[in-house]
Amino acid sequence: MIKRFRYHIAIFFSVIGPGFITAVVDNDAGGILTYSQAGAKYGYLPLWTLLPITVLLIVTQEMCSRMGAVTGKGLSDLIREEFGLRTTFVMMAILVMANLTNVMANFAGIAGSLELFGITRYITVPLGGLAVWLLIVKGTYENVEKIFLFACIVYVAYIFSGFLVEPNWKQAAIDSVRPHIQFDSGYISMLIGMVGTSIAPWMQFYLQAAVVEKGITAKEYAESRIEVIVGCIVMSVIAFFIIVSCAGGIWQNGPRDLVNAADAAEGLKPFGKYAYGLFALGLLNASLFAACIQPLSTAYTVCEALGFESGVNKQFSEAPIFYWLFTGLIVVGGGVILIPGFPLIKMILFSQVVNGVLLPFILIYMTILINKQRVMKEWVNSRFYNLVVWVSVALMIGLTVALVVISVRDLMTGGGA
Amino acid sequence: MAAEQNLFLTELLGLNVFDLRGRRIGVVKDAAIVPLVDPARIDRFLVGGGYAWLSVGYDQIRSISLDGIHLKDEQLKPYHSDEYVLRLVRDLLDQQIIDAQGRKVVRVNDVTFDIRRENGHDNDQLWILEVDIGVRSIFRRLFQGVLPRTWIRSLQGPISPHSIRWEFCNILEADPQRRLRLNISNKLLEEMHPADLAEIVENLSPDDREAIFETIDSEVAAETLSEIDRDIQTSILESLETEKAAEIVEEMSPDEAADALAELDTEHSQEILDEMDAEPKEDIEELLEFREDTAGGMMNTEYIALNSASTVADAAAALRESEYMLDSANTIFVMDSGERLIGAIPVARLLTSIPSTKLSALIHDKPIHAPVTASQDRVTEMFDKYNVLTLPVVDKEGKLAGVITADDIITVLRQR
Repeated sequence: MIKRFRYHIAIFFSVIGPGFITAVVDNDAGGILTYSQAGAKYGYLPLWTLLPITVLLIVTQEMCSRMGAVTGKGLSDLIREEFGLRTTFVMMAILVMANLTNVMANFAGIAGSLELFGITRYITVPLGGLAVWLLIVKGTYENVEKIFLFACIVYVAYIFSGFLVEPNWKQAAIDSVRPHIQFDSGYISMLIGMVGTSIAPWMQFYLQAAVVEKGITAKEYAESRIEVIVGCIVMSVIAFFIIVSCAGGIWQNGPRDLVNAADAAEGLKPFGKYAYGLFALGLLNASLFAACIQPLSTAYTVCEALGFESGVNKQFSEAPIFYWLFTGLIVVGGGVILIPGFPLIKMILFSQVVNGVLLPFILIYMTILINKQRVMKEWVNSRFYNLVVWVSVALMIGLTVALVVISVRDLMTGGGA
Repeated sequence: MAAEQNLFLTELLGLNVFDLRGRRIGVVKDAAIVPLVDPARIDRFLVGGGYAWLSVGYDQIRSISLDGIHLKDEQLKPYHSDEYVLRLVRDLLDQQIIDAQGRKVVRVNDVTFDIRRENGHDNDQLWILEVDIGVRSIFRRLFQGVLPRTWIRSLQGPISPHSIRWEFCNILEADPQRRLRLNISNKLLEEMHPADLAEIVENLSPDDREAIFETIDSEVAAETLSEIDRDIQTSILESLETEKAAEIVEEMSPDEAADALAELDTEHSQEILDEMDAEPKEDIEELLEFREDTAGGMMNTEYIALNSASTVADAAAALRESEYMLDSANTIFVMDSGERLIGAIPVARLLTSIPSTKLSALIHDKPIHAPVTASQDRVTEMFDKYNVLTLPVVDKEGKLAGVITADDIITVLRQR
């Protein structure tokens, strides 16, 4: 019994990585901004959404990691093989666009967080970009994964800063389980935004590719599933502390709108330099982390889908499209942050639209794929699970469409979310 | 063979098919080869018109061009799915294949045909020439059906083509029965360098890996498996039938085999060992006793050792008998009557000595050696310090237990 238990623990640690990293990177600069805005403006009220978000996240991530473990192929490969080149190409084009805006948001996070420490973005963004590029090109998979897992640990900064602002824990606990809906458009769009940022298109591709890269097989799948679930829960716990920090630190002294994620850290200044510093550190870490993963994941996904050579172990001349794509995303994503007067807020809204347009298709394709006997063999969804999945997918699509409508409206009127 | 002209699969799809009187009966939906009959000639075209697909044999066609396909026979049969048929759109397009010449896994974007009219015949035939993989074929796929075929032809001009000759394409098929029916051989893969094949296999899905190792020659499989990343190695061995796994492991060098088996769970590795012949089995079992990070775990039990009373001629005879080791054996070892290691002689030295010389005359001091318990670090250090290519490993009593070669050390260092 004990031996069996130890055996499972050992396997759990051997499969740790993909699901955990994906879920945690989900809290990138864009995510942190959304959660901070929610906490700063509505206090503890939005906390209840984290529970259903966790469930939705687990349902989608579980499907990706199962497909990766069973087929040994990435999501973009499967889409290409089952739905053809044209579908795949259109999807990849939108994905590149969506991820480019995601990368911009993360470089903005790097710039914003370090400006809080008084370092100008004209130094931090180029250095950050170079560091990211070197890490990916020169690092080996094992080393990079270790660095990524370490970055996951740095997210603990949010938990500390949550405690330092001494929020109203009782209220936070109550609001975590008591759904609250109020019919003003700001509140509704905030709720939708929270769900929208938590389930992004790139994650599905990244997670499945990482599961394949790690060599997780159907046999180890049970442990991999646990890892995915733990990762999703950790992601929600971090989101909880971000909201609580902003609720306790900003909302309690007067609700207000935040313009960017660094703004949130600024708002925590009255609670001492640790609360403030830790929040900024968390933002920097999350932004750097996501700025590593998103360009890399995009380049892999696109190249595999379209059949170009890919991989950081290849020479530039062997995999030119891979390197151009990946380098281009970093250079453009970081470069625009240095352009004075660049409409970043609009870009982030635009990013939400593009992500939102893409996500329904990906979720539908995923659900079709995972039900194909030819692809998944005995690992297709059970009938009950299918019901859960289709309900989740329908819910996600509904919310995403709503988010797109709201973002387009804001883009038109030129206002911020 | 007369006038030759190319046609792409993307162009073929949607081409109109006309009967004897020039009436349109449908459009091409797919094309199929029957590899058992001919590996490259399109055997039949699947034509969709009304409610069902029709099957048009290659000998029922008069002409093929961008303007359409004209038939010379109207005895068309409805299409039935057939296990012996490889359908290009369903089974090849968008799938991964192995490019045996470029030594890569690639994805098929399009197929280039050659329209041939053989001398004395009045009908056009389509032969598969190349599989297209580059940007040019992506362009063609994207605009297929959107722009007229002739426009696409002229617009794609400036993009350089990227194709693989059909003879060098190895199709992946995980189902062993279907593999046989489709006459997929492993000849191309078996001719590759094992290290290249290993890299390809690492990029495939587990099912495809298994399919390759189930059918490939055991010797090639063993060499390839030795080159593969340890985790993947383990999962391949686990997925294979015990009998096949044993066959492959037998062909591996004992140290590699022991390392591979050590990663499996005890039950499974015992099953594989039980299937093996007595001699390699004993060697491997001995090696399995040692910890992987000691000299005992690193060493190989394939070496040439002779008694000190032997002559250079005996040594040459021993080398001739162990022909399979000639590539790697650069040293022969000398033992005393109690099988204790007393000397090492470079193979080159034998060449310059008179055949009747006793080996004992060629050795000086006891050679540099490591005990079976020496740590991996210590062993690497010895290779560096003494600049040896082969390091003998001895047991407690000073008997020769095995040898470690420089390539083992390179592998260890690379893994750090």
